[in-house]
Amino acid sequence: MNISNQEYGELAKRRSPATPMYKTLPMAFVVGGLICCLGEGLLNMYGALGLSDETAGAWTSVTLIFLSALLTGLKLYDRIAQHAGAGTLVPITGFANSVVSPALEFKSEGFVLGLGAKMFVIAGPVIVYGISASVLYGIIYYLITLFQR
Amino acid sequence: MAVCEGKTFKFNNASIISFASVVGKVESDGPYGDEFDEVVEDNKGGAETWEQAEAQLQSKAFKHALSKANLTPEKTDLIFAGDLLNQCTGSSYGLKEFYIPFLGIYGACSTFAEALLLAGAMVNAGYVDNCGAVTSSHFSSAERQFRFPLNYGGVRTPTAQWTATAAGAAIVAPASKPPYIRAATVGKIQDMGISDLNNMGAAMAGAAYDTLSRHFKHMGTHPESYDLIITGDLGEVGSELLYDLFKRDGIALQKWHKDCGLMLYDREKQDVHAGGSGCGCSASMMCGHFLKRVQSGDLKRILYSATGALMSPTMVQQGGNIPGISHAVEICFN
Repeated sequence: MNISNQEYGELAKRRSPATPMYKTLPMAFVVGGLICCLGEGLLNMYGALGLSDETAGAWTSVTLIFLSALLTGLKLYDRIAQHAGAGTLVPITGFANSVVSPALEFKSEGFVLGLGAKMFVIAGPVIVYGISASVLYGIIYYLITLFQR
Repeated sequence: MAVCEGKTFKFNNASIISFASVVGKVESDGPYGDEFDEVVEDNKGGAETWEQAEAQLQSKAFKHALSKANLTPEKTDLIFAGDLLNQCTGSSYGLKEFYIPFLGIYGACSTFAEALLLAGAMVNAGYVDNCGAVTSSHFSSAERQFRFPLNYGGVRTPTAQWTATAAGAAIVAPASKPPYIRAATVGKIQDMGISDLNNMGAAMAGAAYDTLSRHFKHMGTHPESYDLIITGDLGEVGSELLYDLFKRDGIALQKWHKDCGLMLYDREKQDVHAGGSGCGCSASMMCGHFLKRVQSGDLKRILYSATGALMSPTMVQQGGNIPGISHAVEICFN
């Protein structure tokens, strides 16, 4: 080739359109905000039904996760996500979608080697590093409180 | 530094005696939707899994091609076939029922040109009386192997391409009628330093440039010698880059160039980002559209250079690049 990879890389960069952020950012903001509003509404509702703050919070998470799993199963979640982007990816609903979608997809390879093995293929790293980080944080916190006494 | 030039094979005794294509619903909604032989409305086509659905696409396309050529499986000497899936699943499971001598091939999205080239060579050499060339791809089976589950709410970047749910099949036999396969150039593995999984067009454009340039040189032709120069699935980004590369040689390739990835879908209405891709993309456009136009004499001489990104998800995760390849087949009315 009569062009270096570096030179070609620059050409390729120039020819590759960037994500139109003027469109994607507001959409993510609005949809993500709406999901949070829904969560807030659920929290108030469960509170009004007489649940304690902590229990109402847990019920809110469970409801959002259920709705996301249901919409994923109905093949609607990914359609909404096409427009919402990070708005549907970042909240707890996105996490539920990332577990339910591979579970549905790999069911064809059986419940053990398919669904069971592939269910956490996307969410797995988040769980591993999330838990690892919280353990590390706990140790640091413990050490700090040790010196404070 | 001396660079291997390779050879351009010239054929004087190979015709594409029949060709057929089968596509999915999204492809049938595209601008060439009514030119394909069969549309599988439900993307699973009655099969239980996506892989079985893809195998069915190949089998259907091949059956159409056989019946158009008035051939039976017993009288077919050889098939070259390939697809995108690991172990060439679509081909080996789709074509096993025919019980024909089979050679599975892999050239990513360039596979149809590779199959045509090999079929042309085997027929021209006189080893076989006829030879099939079949390839397929399926959006859903490719997604689950290379990317994410179908219902995962991840968003594709604007440079990403859409794997076509389509299959194409052609039967090559000694020269009797147009379209004739006149020449072919085998592509070289071209690493342009691209490592973005969502930018296959950029990974393949260099390979298309190299193969087309060598084909022109060996044949003593230039772009204006052809009615059309057709690439497989460079998409928008890859096509622009191909023009950039030819522009450096003082050639405005866009005057003759068509890209199957940019034709299969209506990119205004269908959300396919930079265009179509997959072995079935150029196979269905060739078998559904371009070969018909050569057969009728509407196009006298075309150069079909299918492009493939030889992408290994494992190598990319290990920090490797995505090499590209492109094989050119010259198809003529005379």
